[in-house]
Amino acid sequence: MIEFTIWDVLRNLLLASRWTIVLSLVSFIGGGLVGLVLLFLRISRRKWARAVAKYYIELFQGTPLLMQLFIAFFGLGLFGIDVPAWLAAGLALILWSAAFLGEIWRGCVEAIAKGQWEASASLGMGRLQQMRYVILPQAMRIAVPPTVGFSVQVIKGTALTSIIGFVELSKAGTVVTNATFQPFTVYGLVALIYFALCWPLSKSSQILERKLNVAHRNH
Amino acid sequence: MNYHFEFGWLFEYYPQIIKGIGITIQLIAIGAVAGISLGIVCAWVRALGPLWLKPVVAAYVELIRNTPFLIQLFFIFFGLPSLGLQLSELQAANIAMVVNLGAYSSEIIRAGIQATPKGQFEAGASLAMTPFETFRHVVLIPSLQRIWPALSSQVVIVMLGSAVVSQIAAEDLTFAANFIQSRTFRAFEAYMVSTAVYLLLAVLLRQVLGTVGWLIFPRRAAK
Repeated sequence: MIEFTIWDVLRNLLLASRWTIVLSLVSFIGGGLVGLVLLFLRISRRKWARAVAKYYIELFQGTPLLMQLFIAFFGLGLFGIDVPAWLAAGLALILWSAAFLGEIWRGCVEAIAKGQWEASASLGMGRLQQMRYVILPQAMRIAVPPTVGFSVQVIKGTALTSIIGFVELSKAGTVVTNATFQPFTVYGLVALIYFALCWPLSKSSQILERKLNVAHRNH
Repeated sequence: MNYHFEFGWLFEYYPQIIKGIGITIQLIAIGAVAGISLGIVCAWVRALGPLWLKPVVAAYVELIRNTPFLIQLFFIFFGLPSLGLQLSELQAANIAMVVNLGAYSSEIIRAGIQATPKGQFEAGASLAMTPFETFRHVVLIPSLQRIWPALSSQVVIVMLGSAVVSQIAAEDLTFAANFIQSRTFRAFEAYMVSTAVYLLLAVLLRQVLGTVGWLIFPRRAAK
């Protein structure tokens, strides 16, 4: 039997972490773009637009991410496309992140005082101008901490893509365990790598939030 | 798209789905009660507890909150047997959910405790209550009431996250869906049905938690 050193295990896991990072970035950026669209729909003056965004968010927040991955994986196949795991994984994670980011950002926009809307309207600004020059710059400030916090959920969410066969950190953990028969060490290391990715983000989200609170108190 | 949807299998396989729903409900029921209890203990330690215990609890909370549930589950089910702790699928799933919700809920509950006005502690002390009695009789219930909506959302998130326990062959709703799709090759339909059931469970769980909150928290008399 081949002996595996801890370095062999760690090297393979670190190589696979690249795909966790790439997938997280793609999902977070893609989710942000779709989330922005959702945000605009959610605060639109048209009733149907608000309803569409509301049901979208409820659907994606009310069902397991794992099911969304399965449906993307098997559902795209129905259109006669041969679906690679990365495509289904990316698509599902983008749509899932969008629902959460859209909802987080809506809260931030609604936290802006009503007088700001009224003041900008009285200057003759259109809806888009109001958003662009008055509301979003202020909302973005309060949106930073929860958005950074949510990026941790995205990284942890990518672990589920191992189940539909995308090879990233978790899948590598399973593969390496099957080769080395050392689940305790391997999954322990996998957890530590995830921790190393997520903890700095969690921590900076907390620090940003504290800073923002202090800034608010001084006003 | 030349695909014909076919739901006829439902008549044959609905017992599996019912059984899966039962296990999912059982997992979240145990997970919620034990997880929130663990969360209360951890929140007490971090907000008011003995100094030497704080870093231990903080490490537990940070470790759980910054690693995926799937890996926690694998570590408990595949990793712990090498320490001589052999668990069944269901036991491992239950423990993982309690440990996971314990960490998340402790952070939420701690926020509730820390939002308690200082006068409440002082009032308890002036009635000669010990710090623990003050916590138990004065601080705890209003703290929970303050954060109950956030805590309810977290319980729903953990319930949806429990879909993952099918990966260690705990026979929950997702396991049933996987079983059906492997028998009938109707993957899309099987996952559609189970997703709809999860959505329904999430809505129901929200209602149940709302009712529980209505029952355990004192209501202010209408003015």
